[in-house]
Amino acid sequence: MHLDHQDGFPERHTYSAAAPVRGDGTRRALRIGLGGPVGTGKTATVAALCRVLREEFSIAVVTNDIYTREDAEFLRREAVLPTERIVAVETGACPHTAIRDDISANLEAVEDLEESVGPLDLVLVESGGDNLTATFSKGLVDAQIFVIDTAGGDDIPRKGGPGVTTADLLVVNKTDLAPYVGVDLDGMARDAKAQRGELPVAFTALKQPDGVKPVADWVRAQLTHWTTATA
Amino acid sequence: MIPTIPEAAKPAPEPTTPGVRATARIAATGRGGATTLTALDGDGPFELRRLRPRGNEARVIVVGAMSAPLGGDRLRIEATAEHGASLHITSATATLALKGATAAPATYDVALTAGEGTQLHWLPKPLISAVGSDLRQTLTADLARTARLVLREEQILGRAGEPPGRLATRLVVRRGGRTLLHQQADYGPGAVGWDGPAVLADHRAIGQLLIVDPSLEYARNPPRLLAEAPESGQALLAPLAGPAVLVTAVARDGLRLRRLLDTAEAAVRGPGG
Amino acid sequence: MTRAALLVLADGRFPAGGHAHSGGAEPAVRAGRVTDSTSLETFCRGRLHTAGLVAAGLAAAAAAGHDPLALDEAADARTPVPALRSTARKLGRQMMRAARASWPSAALDALAAARPRGAHQPVVLGLAARSAGLTPLDAAYAVAYENISGPATAVVRLLSLDPFDATAVLARLATDVDRVAAAATRAADRIPAEGYDALPAASAPLLDITAEAHAAWPVRLFAS
Repeated sequence: MHLDHQDGFPERHTYSAAAPVRGDGTRRALRIGLGGPVGTGKTATVAALCRVLREEFSIAVVTNDIYTREDAEFLRREAVLPTERIVAVETGACPHTAIRDDISANLEAVEDLEESVGPLDLVLVESGGDNLTATFSKGLVDAQIFVIDTAGGDDIPRKGGPGVTTADLLVVNKTDLAPYVGVDLDGMARDAKAQRGELPVAFTALKQPDGVKPVADWVRAQLTHWTTATA
Repeated sequence: MIPTIPEAAKPAPEPTTPGVRATARIAATGRGGATTLTALDGDGPFELRRLRPRGNEARVIVVGAMSAPLGGDRLRIEATAEHGASLHITSATATLALKGATAAPATYDVALTAGEGTQLHWLPKPLISAVGSDLRQTLTADLARTARLVLREEQILGRAGEPPGRLATRLVVRRGGRTLLHQQADYGPGAVGWDGPAVLADHRAIGQLLIVDPSLEYARNPPRLLAEAPESGQALLAPLAGPAVLVTAVARDGLRLRRLLDTAEAAVRGPGG
Repeated sequence: MTRAALLVLADGRFPAGGHAHSGGAEPAVRAGRVTDSTSLETFCRGRLHTAGLVAAGLAAAAAAGHDPLALDEAADARTPVPALRSTARKLGRQMMRAARASWPSAALDALAAARPRGAHQPVVLGLAARSAGLTPLDAAYAVAYENISGPATAVVRLLSLDPFDATAVLARLATDVDRVAAAATRAADRIPAEGYDALPAASAPLLDITAEAHAAWPVRLFAS
């Protein structure tokens, strides 16, 4: 009778990211969220990470576009991963809600990817571009990256906000533009240090060869920690 | 289980001035590759005529001898196809629901039964809900798993330039004992929200084309919108959660609706169908 | 158990995915049929007495303890459009996650196992209400209210409508919600005598047609 859907998936026992294992006892993928304001290079960072890490790890991506499926389409077009490894979640004009207050659609997207193309080592969850207060729920991701850029002005680290102060990694992108927009990178680094203490900051210029390396190295370290901690 | 009528379409209490009560019966059975009509019993306003058969298909036309149904009338048509029969039923004229002498609603029930290996076509002319009328119409189809059904229904709310009467409809299609489609509608004065932007807006003609066919492949019937231009109405052809497609169409008037449904019928049947 | 569980279940912030859906309001706004608070009110009233009544009946029946799989099939029969069946199952799966975290029960586990891709949302909500110790009428209220609060919230975003006007629309529809919740519950009460055909099946042709059209839009704010 039910031609709309195939009941081929196993029963799901977990309802949050809190459990590091899946219903069948196997270790689930590490989930890393990427947030930050519009246009700072979140999608470009995801694309670069996929290109650098896809030979080493089994990766999938969940995008959260604000009103289109454009980010997912971009990643598919760029062929950074096979198309079935990229899934778009719709957020009803409220991207921060979908990553923080009501994470159900994102959790389902992550779980579906694990079931359809898994086993996976890493799932990157990219937020739709939002404001400086948008952070990921711990129920959805294990670690989060907040991406800002020099073009947004060098006062953003000083202003702080939950994204800048609490993200596990702060990425300052487009350092190659710093001279053109009159931005003081050393000042940004000092402000970030003051806001974040020992939490790391990566300065990137994605347009340059291997520009994503600092972020990729950080992700590798997270994956190493994840596999050893949950082994 | 005896089909029951939900609240919205419940028969009215016994009218003090009883209207017409009539039940017409049509039955067809398959014998040696042909279809034989075993019952053709008109009653009250329903006169039944046999048309020239087409291939192994028996064809019947319902001729409305009166402008029924009026308020207080209880009308019923039963049609049954058995043993691989192929039965095609149409009507000669539109059914016009009119205000009767009593305030009681009229009821008009159609009960279709299609056994294993049968084909049943129910393709009446439109039902028109005239001003002041109050009609509760039900259509129930009970299909065996291998039966094929083609059903087309059109409801026109009001004659040209007049407001509609009250029209409550209920369509229930069961296949192999399980309900495949259940749809009710309640339009006209006294109904709530029916002319708002979620239900009909300014459309006054509604149509359904349903094809149940065990050989229909779900994947080959993706949802299709059949009219893009707002002035021609809107229609959607979509697969149900079983081997069936339903066309839902709305238009400003009966003429536009008929064109939409004709387009839909051609789209479903495909080239050469 | 406590009646206050109804406030948790009906809270717009209950994390069950509703925020990403407009309940057909986005295509109605695009078509110029919803332009202000007056047309929002007629849209919501029509939706409430059709799709809302159907959903409330299913939820009341699930809360009353009727077979959720039979109700899921009844929901399919009352949802002739694939886009709306898919949305209902997606939201049902999300509701299931939130419900199992909030009011864990063997009945919810069993339905999750039988419909891992999601049962129709009102069925899951009704079963969640039952797990929370709420009544069929409570479940019908939660569904009926959600049926109009979703589009009202969406239209605030789509039209930049004054949020006070949108809330006033919901307040004006309160007696309609009463009527729909009561009718849905009465219908569910008749199941033992009349079977699942007793449940409402009110249709809304424009909601059906435009839902499928909306699902094909390349650019949209809401998932449905």
